[in-house]
Amino acid sequence: MAEIKKKAKTTNPFETIIEALFIFFEKKINMYAFIALAVGFLIIFPNVSSRFTQEIMTNLFFYVVVCLGLNIIVGYAGLLHLGFAAFFAVGAYTTGILSSRMGMDFWLTIPFSILAAIIAGLAIGFPTLRLRGDYLAIVTLGFGEITRLTIRNLDVTGGAIGLIGIQRPVFFGITLNQISHFYYMFFILAILAIIISYRLENSRMGRAWEYIREDEDAAAAMGINVVTTRLYAFIIGSAFGAVGGSFFAAKMTAISPDSFMFIHSVMFLMAVVLGGMGKIPGVVLGSMLVVLIPEVARGIGPYRLLIFGFLLLIIMLYRPQGIWPDKPAISAKE
Amino acid sequence: MAIHEILIQQLFNGLLIGSFYGLVAVGYSMVYGIIKLLNFAHGDIYMLGAFSGLVFLSIISPTIGAGWGSLILGMLISMILVGLVGVLIQRVAYRPMLKAPRLSILITALAVSMILYNTIMLLSSGRFLPFRTEISTESFFLGPLRLNETRVVLIVAAFALMFIMHMFITKTMYGKAMRAISMDRDTCQLMGIDVYKIIALTFFVGSALAAGAGIMAGVYYGTIHFYMGFLIGLKAFTAAVIGGIGIIPGAMLGGLLLGLLESFGTQIPFIGTVWKDVFAFAFLILFLIFKPNGLLGRSEKERM
Repeated sequence: MAEIKKKAKTTNPFETIIEALFIFFEKKINMYAFIALAVGFLIIFPNVSSRFTQEIMTNLFFYVVVCLGLNIIVGYAGLLHLGFAAFFAVGAYTTGILSSRMGMDFWLTIPFSILAAIIAGLAIGFPTLRLRGDYLAIVTLGFGEITRLTIRNLDVTGGAIGLIGIQRPVFFGITLNQISHFYYMFFILAILAIIISYRLENSRMGRAWEYIREDEDAAAAMGINVVTTRLYAFIIGSAFGAVGGSFFAAKMTAISPDSFMFIHSVMFLMAVVLGGMGKIPGVVLGSMLVVLIPEVARGIGPYRLLIFGFLLLIIMLYRPQGIWPDKPAISAKE
Repeated sequence: MAIHEILIQQLFNGLLIGSFYGLVAVGYSMVYGIIKLLNFAHGDIYMLGAFSGLVFLSIISPTIGAGWGSLILGMLISMILVGLVGVLIQRVAYRPMLKAPRLSILITALAVSMILYNTIMLLSSGRFLPFRTEISTESFFLGPLRLNETRVVLIVAAFALMFIMHMFITKTMYGKAMRAISMDRDTCQLMGIDVYKIIALTFFVGSALAAGAGIMAGVYYGTIHFYMGFLIGLKAFTAAVIGGIGIIPGAMLGGLLLGLLESFGTQIPFIGTVWKDVFAFAFLILFLIFKPNGLLGRSEKERM
């Protein structure tokens, strides 16, 4: 069993820094001060940056929202989801159709978009999760492709051209149409997503997910209904994706099937896995990497997916917990 | 065309497409049976087979002349080569992950799939490449059935490969070892079976069959594309589920059945070719709901 030999604990400068950071953030006051500083900086950010930078940051917040949703499924419940772009599409198209074809107010479309995601999640999750957890991976992969084909071929979704004329949201009499408006909107959404994720992680449900992920049989023996609990993770995560999709539709005002390809599902998954599955700061870090790397290194364009493929393989082989380090207490226990 | 002629024609088409699905599904099912891995890269192996077939064909044809001889030679070389690629992937990407959590190995498989298809996409500049074989496409009629030489040879070759595979699994020691490992890997190790060698062999056989199917699909459709493996991977999984995943004859049966369902499905009004893939997926969901163990599967309920 050469494969499972334990790695010796190394002490390199990188890990020393990490450990120092953990000790620093152990104190609650340091932690809160850091969060307050970061939030403060992000609030004044649009006043000191270009529109282009704001666009990238908005995209980053959007990734954080969607990837935190995916993280509930992949990170907390340990299920592989390869069609997350489809749930994102469900949200975007629900808002798109209700808004552009029926003239419904943007904020009113959100409950419908969540409802649509729940229905889609049940239709896919229920037959699959009853069987084996890993079937979900390929069924979601199929669902992603089928959703794209369906919205391409239906009339109500505008076919290959897509939907145009989705109404801008109105917030207390202000029509949101500037990039800085959307910056703040996605910023608030990202913070909400982080808070909800944090609360879920530390809830009874969150502990049940962790238990199932670590040992399904033991969890079942302790009276946790494995199928239902997993289904909750799948549906809650999908709802996150759908809400992200609704806001995406409102920001873009036009959506087409090309925004919901398999590649997008892979990108969301990359963000979750790269940073560290099941860790909120890890997901934020992963989203930063996925959004910022292509912006910083523009030359890699066509090789981007190939590079991400190798990165994914290397991460899985050598650092399955992702870039964001585990808490020392957990890694010492092993 | 009269209705019975259409039906017979669709029956033939369905069996031909279904035999491609079946050949890919066998590899999928074998790998799942032996190491419980959904090998996402399997569809890309099929695609890789088609591209390497095209490369070898273009090398061989000028020297020994185009025709069946060079096609079969090119196909054999590609099958062996792609089989070895399968073994390499298994050694590098999957074997270190056998004891890791299930999620890790699934993500690894996805990574391998991304690497394979993006490499081919860059090498082929994302274009559709013509797969020229210079074999007669003149049609002739067999009763009501319109055929040509290519299609007859393809269907015979596909069924021959399936038959050889079946013999290999049921009659040889290696096949026996594979079946034994899929039942209980740890016990096999105790019984002195070199488990890793058999796993490598499984990947070799599965990948070679997928490559063969890829080349045959190239000959049949006339063009190949880096993305051709994506849907077929999905359909191979569907076929494997229909037949009962992990069961080799089931995968073949499932493939043929899916091919038939699709080819008849396109004849139903309102479904047509546009919804063909949606139709196949709907079948997957229906099977997962009503017959999750597949047609040939045991009825015991087991979960991951």
